Amino acid sequence: MIALDAVHVTAWSPDPAGGADRVVTLLHPLSLRLDEPRVAVIGANGSGKSTLARLLNGLVLPSSGRVTVDGLDTARDGAAVRRLVGFVFTDPDAQIVMPTPVEDVALSLRRTHPDARERAQAARAVLARFGLAARADQPVHSLSGGQRQLLALAAVLATEPRVLVLDEPTTLLDLAWRAVVDDLVAGLEQQVVEVTHDLDAAGHADRVLVVDEGRVVHDGAPDEAVRHYRTLMAARASRVRDGSPS
Amino acid sequence: MTPTPDGPEATGRPLRAPWSGPLGLYRPGTSPVHRAPGGAKLVALLVVTTLGVVLQGVPSALVLLALVLLAYAVARVPLRGSAGGLTATLLGIGVLAVFRWWSDGPAGAIELTADLLAAVLLAALVTATTRSDVLLDTLARAARPLRHVGLAPEQVSLAIALMLRTVPVLVVSTVESRDAARARGLGRDPRAVVVPAAVRMVGHAHRVGEALAARGLGEPDGPTPPRAADSHPLRSGA
Repeated sequence: MIALDAVHVTAWSPDPAGGADRVVTLLHPLSLRLDEPRVAVIGANGSGKSTLARLLNGLVLPSSGRVTVDGLDTARDGAAVRRLVGFVFTDPDAQIVMPTPVEDVALSLRRTHPDARERAQAARAVLARFGLAARADQPVHSLSGGQRQLLALAAVLATEPRVLVLDEPTTLLDLAWRAVVDDLVAGLEQQVVEVTHDLDAAGHADRVLVVDEGRVVHDGAPDEAVRHYRTLMAARASRVRDGSPS
Repeated sequence: MTPTPDGPEATGRPLRAPWSGPLGLYRPGTSPVHRAPGGAKLVALLVVTTLGVVLQGVPSALVLLALVLLAYAVARVPLRGSAGGLTATLLGIGVLAVFRWWSDGPAGAIELTADLLAAVLLAALVTATTRSDVLLDTLARAARPLRHVGLAPEQVSLAIALMLRTVPVLVVSTVESRDAARARGLGRDPRAVVVPAAVRMVGHAHRVGEALAARGLGEPDGPTPPRAADSHPLRSGA
């Protein structure tokens, strides 16, 4: 279970006027329990939803409060938490480290498969599960964007994490690849927390959090949450058109 | 698990990108060179480059080059593919050879060219016949003595692998920044290429670092050591 207890995230920000750096709030004090198999997080750009996602595997640490996954504190037990919580980014190119798919998946398996030969076999088996067996030895740059995102997912899921956090995994993909990735995620055994702009995908979640200006402004069933988000964004678009600060 | 809709860009590409440079890409195979341990290949590379420096004269240089070409034949790795990624390096060797011809005569130029070609081609062959993770294992083993000075061998080997992986990314970043500058009519202004390329590379480094952290790569086991409250950029405002 993921638990956020009185979590508050702040950061130093340079003063545009050239004065002293000031503290800005990225996420206002927040307490949550995430038990549902599928949780979606929606919100405008810069609303704090990615910060919320990054808290879950310790990429961002709270300024105060604590985040725990199955009782492990992200600040104190960072390495153990990251073994429990896989994280997939929007841009697979930032996540893929090795020149070919088989080598990249093998990199994820270094801890669990010390023997190089067994590791390579396990990596090929993982790629086969994701329909990438024929691409195993091709250079990563020759894969399509969708195949690269699939590879990024494969490399993370190879370690069999208990929770998968996805930060806008389909934003850069065309409709066909969105469907492939959505189907794949829907079929996973893991608990999934997905940050997304895709309201159709959010509609399939068990629970949807709407984040706005560093606050969870709605937390509930998908239909109601998506409706709330649409109203929120319509009001903001109206303010932008009128030239008032958004 | 999932069918993959293949885009046109997913097929028909050459195995080696034109910009993959001297790094080489792994070419799967079952030859004796492929099966040789990564450490043995790195030692062979060290021996060949050392002999190239120590042994004087054209015959020894040509023998070293011939041995490397023989290794290519045994590995069944096409020389053209490897040399194609080494264009800039080969041009550099050509310039040095002309200078050596001018200063020492033809024998010196041939010796220098053969020695450098042997070293560079063998390095490309090592990366073409050794998977990156095997290379990583080898480097981690070689870096074990660094534990005594407080460096983690896994992190050292990962850093070297990342350095190799980053060179082509740097090239692509620069080419794309140059194209963007040309599109804005600023193709002759070096700042319009260098500054955005540098900014993009810093951004790339940041994203890769974050992705490595998310995958727990290069991270020691056990509890996270306590950090000062201001050591994390997003923990500093409390």
